[in-house]
Amino acid sequence: MSAHFPVLPVLLPLLAAILLLLPPLQYSKQGQRVTAAITLVLTLAVSLWLLVASLEQTQYYILGGWQPPFGIVLVADPLAAVMVTLTSFLSLSVLLAVFSGHDEAGHYFHPLYLFQITGINGAFLTGDLFNLFVFFEILLIASYSLLIHGGGKEKTKAAFHYVTLNLLGSVLFLFALGILYGSLGTLNMTDMAIKVADIGDNEQELVSTGILLLLAVFGLKSALLPLHFWLARTYGAAIAPVAALFAIMTKVGIYSLYRVHVQVFGDHAGALANQITIWLWPLAVLTVAVGVIGVLASRRLKDVASWLVIVSVGTLLFTIALNSAQATAAGLYYLIHSTLVTAALYLLADLISSQRNQVGDRFVSGNQVAYPKITGMFYMVAALVVVGMPPFSGFIGKVAILQSATATTGQIWVWPTILISGLAALIALSRAATTLFWRLRETEAKETMAFPVWQCSAIALLLLASPLMVVFGGDMIELTQHAAKQLHAKQTELPLGELDGSHGALIIK
Amino acid sequence: MENLPLMEGVFAFCVGLLTAAGIYLALRGRTFPVVVGLTLLAYAVNLFLFSAGRLQVNGAAILGKTADYADPLPQALVLTAIVIGFAMTAFVVILAIRARADLGNDHVDGLSSSNSAPNEQKNHSHHSHQQNAEKSTNKPSGSSGDNPLPAAGTIKTDGADTSMRPSH
Repeated sequence: MSAHFPVLPVLLPLLAAILLLLPPLQYSKQGQRVTAAITLVLTLAVSLWLLVASLEQTQYYILGGWQPPFGIVLVADPLAAVMVTLTSFLSLSVLLAVFSGHDEAGHYFHPLYLFQITGINGAFLTGDLFNLFVFFEILLIASYSLLIHGGGKEKTKAAFHYVTLNLLGSVLFLFALGILYGSLGTLNMTDMAIKVADIGDNEQELVSTGILLLLAVFGLKSALLPLHFWLARTYGAAIAPVAALFAIMTKVGIYSLYRVHVQVFGDHAGALANQITIWLWPLAVLTVAVGVIGVLASRRLKDVASWLVIVSVGTLLFTIALNSAQATAAGLYYLIHSTLVTAALYLLADLISSQRNQVGDRFVSGNQVAYPKITGMFYMVAALVVVGMPPFSGFIGKVAILQSATATTGQIWVWPTILISGLAALIALSRAATTLFWRLRETEAKETMAFPVWQCSAIALLLLASPLMVVFGGDMIELTQHAAKQLHAKQTELPLGELDGSHGALIIK
Repeated sequence: MENLPLMEGVFAFCVGLLTAAGIYLALRGRTFPVVVGLTLLAYAVNLFLFSAGRLQVNGAAILGKTADYADPLPQALVLTAIVIGFAMTAFVVILAIRARADLGNDHVDGLSSSNSAPNEQKNHSHHSHQQNAEKSTNKPSGSSGDNPLPAAGTIKTDGADTSMRPSH
């Protein structure tokens, strides 16, 4: 049974989503909620098992029993397992906020939500570049529909841009795949890493083109500098839980950069090693700079969160550009931290917005929030985590990145950029809090509302992860270092399967 | 077999032409050309993927049957890409129709008719040429480009035309 575990994070949400489209559960709100919650709890359990197992040995799952590199293989190495666990935890927490009533605007919220998680987990687990494209499309088509969930002009407008851009991105991805398959003759990532090292001289230009096209594709997903314009509007238009789930979407782009540009076309790619590093340095600095300007210029809390996503993407680009196992480990820690806290910020913006009548989360004076103590507490913790103040995970993440840049040529870029971005976030968030919580205008009758239990528990769960990441900081760093070391290791051989008579399937020895 | 270089040339030309036309259309201002442009790009990339396994004439997709064999994998990839491209095109068409209904016009930026029509008339006096060029693209005759008012009026009429809206 446990041999099939690597495929379960993809299969469980997929099957549950299909189940939710069928009659007994189709229109039952309670049934949909319970099924989605159970599925995500199971997915989280399986991904934790995968994480533990992958630390001992990378888990492979050969779909259809085709010997790699001919078939599709799922690879649950520590990096993939960490990302799947992160997705499962994030999606379960965000689901709690959905229960506050966001799923009532349409019948198909939960199936779409689960399809989205299928796509994200699949993108993390697959070991085949074309399969990565397929899972990208699955997560994208679910995200298109989730984005316009609830309807309205803003959403339609943002969705059309988002869909068009991502379709263009998919076309570029396919061009890159065609070029790489035409020159390398394989799409299995391990096999590509082996073959690219001794590529012939006349194919080098082609492969190089493919590598740079992939940078553009993943750059679009992760919102690098010239390709970031869609992000703030899209995330600003989506309902809060969807925006919170989308916090992992840019990280899918970053993960793909790690997987493809560090593992496959990284140090061990012979003449083509580290083609993108020269591009990443200026892009990283400029992405953070633009993000910081956006954070300072935002006029609502949701936009602040969106621009903070861009800042975190820029920060993560540094860890790829630094190109060392230490930097990747630091980046992975920071990635987990920033995903969770950005999701919390989106939910928090929604929580504040729901307590302030018409003014919402815009930075104008308005009514006092109905539950100032708990909302204020959440806000303070979230702000401290984002900015990177000592008792929380942001501090450890940033210190780890700064340490990994020490005594490298990139130090002069990394240190000031990251430190200034932290300062800017501090200024923007404290200015926002002053307006949201203290500049009151008690003209209207104070709104009475029931205590938003679901939203608060979701935010609490997401924010609780931050101190836990500090308490278990040693283990976390060790885990990310293990994952990073494996990512930077030279790929030498394909997983060899042997035919297992009883199941008719290939089993990895 | 002696026709292979010619075939490769024609093939490459087709892919290039489709891509160029697709990019041009995808950069247009109305949703319909954009959708058509995306479709052309999908066709271009499908052809391109097909050529990733090298072009072969009379080659079986099975090893050992003929001296030259055709690589079956790109064919499988193209099939997958076609299916995905089809689904995505269907989605974007529905989204474009929805945008036409929600926003009252088919501009990709969804210029909202009630707010922007008066502004546009004002703006025309400042930088009229650029805007006229954009507006008049929809019209077969470029003659109306000199007069800003009919162009802005077109938008207005679009917005007022509620008969196109699906009733929900």
